[in-house]
Amino acid sequence: MNREEAIKVEDLTVAYGEKPVLWDVDLTVPSGVLMAIIGPNGAGKTTLIKAVLNLVNTAAGRVLIYGEPYSKQRRIVGYVPQRGSVDWDFPTSVKDVVMMGRYGALGWIRRPGKKEADMALAALEKVGMSRFAERQISQLSGGQQQRVFLARALVQDAQVYLMDEPFQGVDATTERAIVTLLQELRAAGKTVVVVHHDLQTVPEYFDWTALLNVRLIASGPVSEVFTEENLRLTYGGRVSFLRHGERNGAPEDEKRTGERGF
Amino acid sequence: MRRRRGLRERGAGDRMSAEQIEIQIIASLVAVTCAIPGVFLVLRRMAMMSDAISHAILLGIVLAFFAVGDISSPLLIIGAALSGVLTVSLVELLNRTKLVKEDASIGLVFPLLFSIGVILISKYAYNIHLDVHAVLLGEIAFAPFDRLVISGFDLGPKSMYVMGGILILNLVFILLFYKELKVATFDAGLAAALGFTPGLLHYGLMGIVSVTAVGAFDAVGSILVVALMIAPPAAAYLLTDRLPRMIILSALIGILSAICGFWAAILLDANIAGSMASVSGLIFLVVFLLAPERGLAAIARRKTRQKREFAGRMLAIHLLNHEGTPEEARESEVGHIEETLRWKEGFAKSVVGYSVKRGDVLVENGRLRLTEKGREFAGRSVVEEFIA
Repeated sequence: MNREEAIKVEDLTVAYGEKPVLWDVDLTVPSGVLMAIIGPNGAGKTTLIKAVLNLVNTAAGRVLIYGEPYSKQRRIVGYVPQRGSVDWDFPTSVKDVVMMGRYGALGWIRRPGKKEADMALAALEKVGMSRFAERQISQLSGGQQQRVFLARALVQDAQVYLMDEPFQGVDATTERAIVTLLQELRAAGKTVVVVHHDLQTVPEYFDWTALLNVRLIASGPVSEVFTEENLRLTYGGRVSFLRHGERNGAPEDEKRTGERGF
Repeated sequence: MRRRRGLRERGAGDRMSAEQIEIQIIASLVAVTCAIPGVFLVLRRMAMMSDAISHAILLGIVLAFFAVGDISSPLLIIGAALSGVLTVSLVELLNRTKLVKEDASIGLVFPLLFSIGVILISKYAYNIHLDVHAVLLGEIAFAPFDRLVISGFDLGPKSMYVMGGILILNLVFILLFYKELKVATFDAGLAAALGFTPGLLHYGLMGIVSVTAVGAFDAVGSILVVALMIAPPAAAYLLTDRLPRMIILSALIGILSAICGFWAAILLDANIAGSMASVSGLIFLVVFLLAPERGLAAIARRKTRQKREFAGRMLAIHLLNHEGTPEEARESEVGHIEETLRWKEGFAKSVVGYSVKRGDVLVENGRLRLTEKGREFAGRSVVEEFIA
């Protein structure tokens, strides 16, 4: 067992009916990286995360988390699903949703108590949402909902975090706040895997990336694998406008990744 | 029929008879027992599942009756619960083929199981108490006459104990698995990732719904079970935004429906179960219209207010735009506002009234004039619009 491998995906194939969504994916995520999974719509990014969490049936292959199957490692994996995947009209408060992050550690039947409430409040403080603790969740904006989900993952106190589009539909301030938080998690030695859409910000936010389009095109340090060639392989013909955008941002991005020593 | 009239005659006296009190206790027990799983059905958008289960359990009851030959055997409840779970699995099986949508799957499965039950009754069990009419409507008025007697002691109506037992079962289930049910209902993905097997909880809940339906159906029939499971939680959902309060409110609304329904039935000399379901529907209607924040009236009031506020802002901007211009006189004439802004006359009047009351606008010699406050308000609005 290699302690350095936070997530190891081996020969993973997932199919919905006849159509493969992930096709023989081999991916190793080293411990302590902040990784972006990028790829076009329908590339299987969400499915990959769900496969790691054992939420979809796999046709072939397996996933190991620190050398063990997910069922043995639940406690050390935190999950942030897509914001749109839940019913925000559900009759509950912000604090209550955040406390759900502790349910895994509590196990069956045991109820959350003062300790869990305190942890939830501390996590809300961290994401700048403590004022909203008692608020009904339907009154939140998109960015606030995302922060609540993040706080919920924080109280899980995991080693590995899997996040499905945490930047989707949030404003610039929230995006900055989330990035800072993710980088703090990495600094604390956690491994963070994020499904990401905005190619422009990949070199700025992340140090590791996986390019996915049903098959894994490339994975590794951003400075090595986030190349025009790989992007074209991932996105096909649609890359032309990206190249244009990239050229504008390239010098600064290169300098930044350079500073980080990649 | 004869017995129900009897109830009414006794009700005319100034004291409630023992039967009347017992019926109300049983009805309240039924209502609370139904409301508890009903809350989760409503939140999981599975209200129609209660309809499916409450019908399909007939087959389980009939088959269990054939197996044990005793209409009051507790095995009938188990048979019913199993056929409820069978319904849910068949619906899911059909649904998973992706050839049939979920609502159509429900509509296909339960009539099949129900009709098999009906055919079996009419063919082989014609002479016993298990008739279709009783299944559909129940007869709570007869409940006090079927008594639990142990070594000569009359301990009260049997159905009181049956419903009480099922209520305790439901309470234990909800209290033990409250947190699991909550997370599985709110975010099934997270629940699964945390290891709470939402599928198992789903079947547990469906089992509870089945047992509740079979217990309640003796009293209120299979159709009205649905009303008591769905109407009180749907009303409570509009009244609160916390799950524990929603459960308690649902139970209280259920009890209110049961007791008011009972007295309505006495007054109208009508079927008790039907009256209870009607009252629960009426309570929902009142809440739907008048709930303080989420009722139709509150929403309409909020919309009108927003519309008037926005119109007041438009009026202020309009007056500001024309201030000091040659057209000012015409554009600010009281009678012409509706024409220039293309507003209906009544609406224009109410907006002007609103703006005057706010102190944004003054009426002078039949003309509207911005006050200092109104000018500032209009200026700020323009800037805000511009930024947005």
